[in-house]
Amino acid sequence: MDKIFRWLSGNKQEKQPTPVQDLTNTAPLSEQQIQAIVSHQNPRFDLQQLISSCGQSVGKQRELNEDSLLAITAMMAGNAGNLPFGLYIVADGMGGHQFGEVASNAAIRTVAGYILRKFHPYLFHIKADTMDESFQEIMQAAVSEAQRAIQREAPGSGTTLTAALVLGQQITVAHIGDSRAYFIYPDGRVEPITRDHSLVKRLEELGHITPDEAANYPHRNVLYRALGQGEILDPDIFTVGFPQPGSLMICSDGLWGVLTEQDLTRAINDAPTLQRACQNLVNAANAAGGPDNISVILAQLIG
Amino acid sequence: MGSVYRARDMHFPNVTKLVAVKEMINTAPDPLVRDTIIQNFEREANLLATLHHPSIPRIYDYFSVESRSYLVLEFIHGKDMETIINDVNSFLPEHQILAWAIELCDVLDYLHKHKPDPIIFRDMKPSNVMINHSGDVMLVDFGIAKTFQTGIKGTMIGTEGYSPPEQYRGEATPLADIYALGATIHHALTRRDPRLEPPFSFSERPIRRINANVSPEMEAVVNMALEYNPESRFHTAADMKQALMVVARKTGALVLAGPTTGPIQTSGIKALWSFKCEDEIRGTPAAAQGLVYVGSYDNNLYALNAADGKFQWKYPTDAGVVTRPVVLDGNIYFGSEDKRLHVVSARTGKVVWTYYTNGPIRSSPRIAEGHIFFGSDDNQIHAVNLNTGRMAWRFEAADAVRSTPFVVRELVYAGCESGDYYAIDFRGDLKWRFHAKRAITSSTVGTEQALFFASMDSTLYALDPRNGWVLWRFRLGKPSISTPCLVDDLIFVGASDGFIYAMETRSSKEVWRFKTEHQVNGSPVVYKDSLYCGSVDGHLYCLEYRTGRLRWKFATGGAITGTPLVSDDIVYVGSTDHHIYALLA
Repeated sequence: MDKIFRWLSGNKQEKQPTPVQDLTNTAPLSEQQIQAIVSHQNPRFDLQQLISSCGQSVGKQRELNEDSLLAITAMMAGNAGNLPFGLYIVADGMGGHQFGEVASNAAIRTVAGYILRKFHPYLFHIKADTMDESFQEIMQAAVSEAQRAIQREAPGSGTTLTAALVLGQQITVAHIGDSRAYFIYPDGRVEPITRDHSLVKRLEELGHITPDEAANYPHRNVLYRALGQGEILDPDIFTVGFPQPGSLMICSDGLWGVLTEQDLTRAINDAPTLQRACQNLVNAANAAGGPDNISVILAQLIG
Repeated sequence: MGSVYRARDMHFPNVTKLVAVKEMINTAPDPLVRDTIIQNFEREANLLATLHHPSIPRIYDYFSVESRSYLVLEFIHGKDMETIINDVNSFLPEHQILAWAIELCDVLDYLHKHKPDPIIFRDMKPSNVMINHSGDVMLVDFGIAKTFQTGIKGTMIGTEGYSPPEQYRGEATPLADIYALGATIHHALTRRDPRLEPPFSFSERPIRRINANVSPEMEAVVNMALEYNPESRFHTAADMKQALMVVARKTGALVLAGPTTGPIQTSGIKALWSFKCEDEIRGTPAAAQGLVYVGSYDNNLYALNAADGKFQWKYPTDAGVVTRPVVLDGNIYFGSEDKRLHVVSARTGKVVWTYYTNGPIRSSPRIAEGHIFFGSDDNQIHAVNLNTGRMAWRFEAADAVRSTPFVVRELVYAGCESGDYYAIDFRGDLKWRFHAKRAITSSTVGTEQALFFASMDSTLYALDPRNGWVLWRFRLGKPSISTPCLVDDLIFVGASDGFIYAMETRSSKEVWRFKTEHQVNGSPVVYKDSLYCGSVDGHLYCLEYRTGRLRWKFATGGAITGTPLVSDDIVYVGSTDHHIYALLA
């Protein structure tokens, strides 16, 4: 049959048969052959899972916890595909007597409430059309609502906000202030994906001070942008792919301010689970003096 | 949090005396927060009561009722400066801003010389400057004129944008007000709101680059007020006023347009060669192996020598050719409005095979994974085997498919004229669908992370390739059929409002926009550090792609609707004046 076809298609060139090992003559099978057979028979396991954990501590030098954090992880999987959904927020309220804890609490609840209400009809209804608002527009609206809530609940106060919405393999981040989001890779690379809205960072960007000077700058906590403050709200909003393999980490300055990149990767990569990794991070920050409230969220997309 | 009412003072029932009543609603549930807010309010009242200056509103009374506090102030007929800046569509004349700046120096000088302690206004910005009916300035809102409160954590907040660096450190001196005045004038002259820019970035937005009408003298005064180090600024508001007076005398404060300068080359750009077809070129050329291929509405596909434009061969179809040819393995693939996909030899121009659809083809072919994907006005997306020329599958769209399919990770993406957008797997089955409000003629560009395309609904979309969720939308001024161009972390697209836009791909933040004189329907391309884009105004524009600054433009005799091609330092562009031009990149 094969020959007939070749003849029909007018291909005169007789192809040299590729040397194939005669399977009947070899016993046992080579490692390569076993791998080939096994990989062929194994059902593909393609459920991607989103997992997360978090940790928080008031620290060793503060009496009040002005940080707030929120972590929601949901999975929907089935024939229609699987859709990881996650929402991770860290907010660091500012300035003791100005009710920072009220601001950070209002921020996480308002942002999460807004986003969940927006996504509910699309994610948890059987017949759902595609959304006509973009992730970034929803994030922007959620942050604006939080701004209004803070100005209502605790006028004059302010908070940082770093929120990550995970849908599928996309992370949409809304960021204002000096809490941070990082990608941490198994090979030890630590990549900050947010930019601090702090005076010291800005001076560093402008080249007025060196990174070393920045680390010891006396006004490291001075922000030029915060939620609840100012008339114009201009959060950084962007969308990036989830690191695979790798972790998404969101934390307040109580954590990143005292730990080095090596501390971060060691605490995460040496831990058997995400829960332990979060505990390690909080313990390390406290061991380094715990000068401020500590909040951390870790999330991974595995599979 | 607060409002200002226009009220009538009934102590004088026989005349109409208007007053402004500034209301502060204290919504804070916590009693401690409430008290702090009331204290701030009373401080403003007491401060105002001690001041007498024509540019400072008089205070008549203050009182609190339950959760509301009120200040009764002189009513100012007029508008605040921010509203004035936003209300006009062009730049305000320099002499007008100069007059305001001089008056603001006056009132700052008064405050700074206040006894026993100088008063630092601390919140100089356009929205706190009222311009009354006689055109004089009034400084309003002394409520924020307070010392910075340092919390336990040491976190402080200043007014973004206008404040000097040292104010964030809690230092408030007269020199801080001078910086903020400089920032206010900078905003008024450039119309660029500093609150939307990173702090202390005025030097990155030189005034005369944005508004060439401003005199160099004026720019120098503003720059000095905006010096990073307080010692380098004017030492007093009176010094700054002196400098402004010098500007006023020099420019007469009446000098109109300043010299327009800039190394912009608008003429003198010469084509290396041009070649004339017998009808319009509306599409985009392709190049390979020293030849340039381009379709024309004279029904031919032309092959020209890339170096000198010498005619090599032409291949006739039965209708206009608007698609961009694809060159692969010695063959050229392109669609024609004669409903056929043509495959011809790149060397000889002889036909290899053709493939029929049931409608004119305006969608350019995309070759991937051994197949050719393209759309047709027969509403189908066709997948044709590259070797056999036979159909692998067809996908029925809701309307004509004029966009070029995009292929990544075993999915084929294309939009159609109904506004539907499809993700189709390699078996021709629909994976997901998205719907824009109007036609999607623009082709998709993308990565594994995001798909980008424009629509006639005046939006540039970024979609998740896996499920079609919208990551972001960018509002264009008018509908667009231009295919975006993706370089580094930037995305460029044209629109029928005549603009070429540049946005950040991650955040959809606009980086710059450039106005041409007519619709931009073709696609921009980036080569080295230049962006090339044609416009229906007949010009090919060459811009610096990071800043959008014009390097040069080249005039053709007709509208440019296609996309330029850049290859080996030469730009090729077709025009509806029937010519294809080759220019040095």
